[in-house]
Amino acid sequence: MTFINYASREINCKIVYYGPGLCGKTTNLQYIYDSTAPQAKGKLISLATETDRTLFFDFMPLELGTVRGFKTRFHLYTVPGQVYYDASRKLILKGVDGIVFVADSQEERMDANIESLYNLEENLVSQGYELNQIPYVLQLNKRDLPNVISVEELTGELQKKGESVYEAVASKGIGVFDTLKAVAKQVLTELRKG
Amino acid sequence: MAETPTVIHEKQFLRIKFVLERLCVESAARVVCLVDRDGQPIAFHGDIGDMDTTSFSSLAAGNVAATSSMARLIGEKTFPTVSHEGERDSLYMCVIGRSLLVVIYDDRSTLGLVKLRTKRASYDVASILDEIQLDSERHRTEQNSFFAEITDEDIDSLFA
Repeated sequence: MTFINYASREINCKIVYYGPGLCGKTTNLQYIYDSTAPQAKGKLISLATETDRTLFFDFMPLELGTVRGFKTRFHLYTVPGQVYYDASRKLILKGVDGIVFVADSQEERMDANIESLYNLEENLVSQGYELNQIPYVLQLNKRDLPNVISVEELTGELQKKGESVYEAVASKGIGVFDTLKAVAKQVLTELRKG
Repeated sequence: MAETPTVIHEKQFLRIKFVLERLCVESAARVVCLVDRDGQPIAFHGDIGDMDTTSFSSLAAGNVAATSSMARLIGEKTFPTVSHEGERDSLYMCVIGRSLLVVIYDDRSTLGLVKLRTKRASYDVASILDEIQLDSERHRTEQNSFFAEITDEDIDSLFA
């Protein structure tokens, strides 16, 4: 839920990176964190297991600049991808303003993508949202790996509502900011609509 | 938009700050803050120093969300308060509707005093939050809302 504070002249929005385990959600955030000027970001908080799998969420605040005198700050979250952390995923979706679905382009991860996307729709409904009503972008990650499915096939299978689709190699930063920019723009456009 | 944006006007913000300031003094706390349940910081008061208030808010909300879910799993509706006691500093969090009132205190205070003073402050905070909620609904329906004037160029300029 967008938070507008007239006293501090700030707009705060929440964006959640969703997707199956090991698809690169945390890598997206890590790249954004590493490439952003210190004054524009807060700490990157990772609630992870000993093997660096996200346990609850990763979080980083990112300040994009000023719109009509209001500082716009995006709170970026990732969810744990592993199937058994579903309770945590539901909690993180509360108050979401925009979603990035990070799909793993590898052939053997197609079922996991579909399952995670289905899980996203289900969890959104359980929180009172509809995927159709929410700013949403699809990112096809790991495009540099040899065993990837074609963009056309992935899009055909995973695109839900004609949303923008971005090819990415999050570990190298390819497509990371394009994806963020697309979802942030949709969130601000929604805010304008009121 | 998924939900009505919450809009806090300056007057309401100052009233919240006043309640936090009073609670901080009355409970002999180090820091008192109000955080949205989705993790957005609303207001802080006290000896903040170099504390990362944004991360703190997000983690406080995550903590309360997790304990509330645990409550439901054991048949409770919710845990309206959560407290953590440390060696030096301790935390007391109280759920007020969609927000959390958080008190950070050290050995100059006690959990009992913090609980007592927080209860009174929570009524004041709840009434301001109700007003904010009503105003936010009204803000959404106002045709000439400030945000309706945001142009595509304004949005694009953020990513230039």
